[in-house]
Amino acid sequence: MILRALILGLALIGGPAAGADLVPYVVRDGAIDAPLAGTEPGDPARGLALVSDMNNVSCLICHVLPIADEPDMGEIGSPLDGIASRTGAGELRLRLVDSKQIFPDTMMPSYYVVDGLVGVDAPYAGTPIYSAQQIEDVLAYLLTLEEM
Amino acid sequence: MLRRLPPLALIAIPVALLAQGALPPDAYEVENARSGYLYMEPPTRALQDDTFLNPGQFIVDQGERLWSTPMGAAGQSCASCHGDAATSMRGVAARYPVFDADARQVVNLETEINAMLTDHMGAEPFAYETPELLGLTAYVSAQSHGMPMNVDISGPAQAAFESGRDYFYARRGQLDLSCAHCHEDNAGVKLRGDTLSQGQINGFPIYRLLWDDVGSRHRMFEWCNTSLRAAPEPAGSQAYQELELYLAWRGRGLPIETPAVRR
Repeated sequence: MILRALILGLALIGGPAAGADLVPYVVRDGAIDAPLAGTEPGDPARGLALVSDMNNVSCLICHVLPIADEPDMGEIGSPLDGIASRTGAGELRLRLVDSKQIFPDTMMPSYYVVDGLVGVDAPYAGTPIYSAQQIEDVLAYLLTLEEM
Repeated sequence: MLRRLPPLALIAIPVALLAQGALPPDAYEVENARSGYLYMEPPTRALQDDTFLNPGQFIVDQGERLWSTPMGAAGQSCASCHGDAATSMRGVAARYPVFDADARQVVNLETEINAMLTDHMGAEPFAYETPELLGLTAYVSAQSHGMPMNVDISGPAQAAFESGRDYFYARRGQLDLSCAHCHEDNAGVKLRGDTLSQGQINGFPIYRLLWDDVGSRHRMFEWCNTSLRAAPEPAGSQAYQELELYLAWRGRGLPIETPAVRR
């Protein structure tokens, strides 16, 4: 409980804005309820293209998604079909931005973090995996994945 | 009659047969260590098992030729001092890398081979991934084919071993992952279309289908680092040598499979 409060507190105080162009955000009860600042509404079509892009840390490396004609999906993480029925938008946003704030030992990369990383290769140094807009687009796609 | 026969080939074939080929089916798993061989599809295994089709065999053959080729100012070849590699090099790859207590560093086969060239033969060292260094490393390794990896991590080697272990468990790169996240926690699990292996190093130098090329242990480390969007260490660096020592210990008992064929 104390640890969780501490983590959330650090997130609130430190924020992600120390590096590059990351926008600040507020974490409350394990969620980022507001869209990241400066973004337009997320576009699920762009999000689908992003999660399928193998050159950009695709969700499919580790997760099964309900995408037709996609035979090679990883099974390290949990299947994401129906995720929107199980997890709220704000919590999903935090899981994309920095899942370690919820699960400190997770192997899931933090998609919107630049601080605290070790030995980042030069082309990626100081940049997050996804931009704020890309976070919103992928989130918009994930929110279409409701239980049938 | 004699002139029509290629005498070198007649000699080389039995040596190659001795050094290569399939191992007993139960040889690829020792306690909790599983060779990458067990994570390969049957056609890939068959390619490794067939001495004449194994695409890594050419680099072993190249090393064999180089073994008896004079190199450097002293006019000597490896064979000048070491004679028949099948005898003198048998078991060497199984106990490398070693810790050099005087130089206080880990020495793998590539470093040892280059030290021979520079310190005893008056020759220039070979760079990593050159056909020469891959060839000699593969040829020497192949002399231990089937022998269990058994490195010494005691005494002065311990600090280097622990440093290699720390590297294995440390998160790095933009993806913030350690070697262990994939190769310990998720070996056997699908990553995209592939199955993650334990990351064992007993088959190197390997022929890797993805590369369509032969590569060293350190080239594989570089590839993994780069996949995590982490800055790779230089091939031959102490960081990689220490990791290699740790991984050889971690896979202790697994047979040397050089030249293995991997995905």
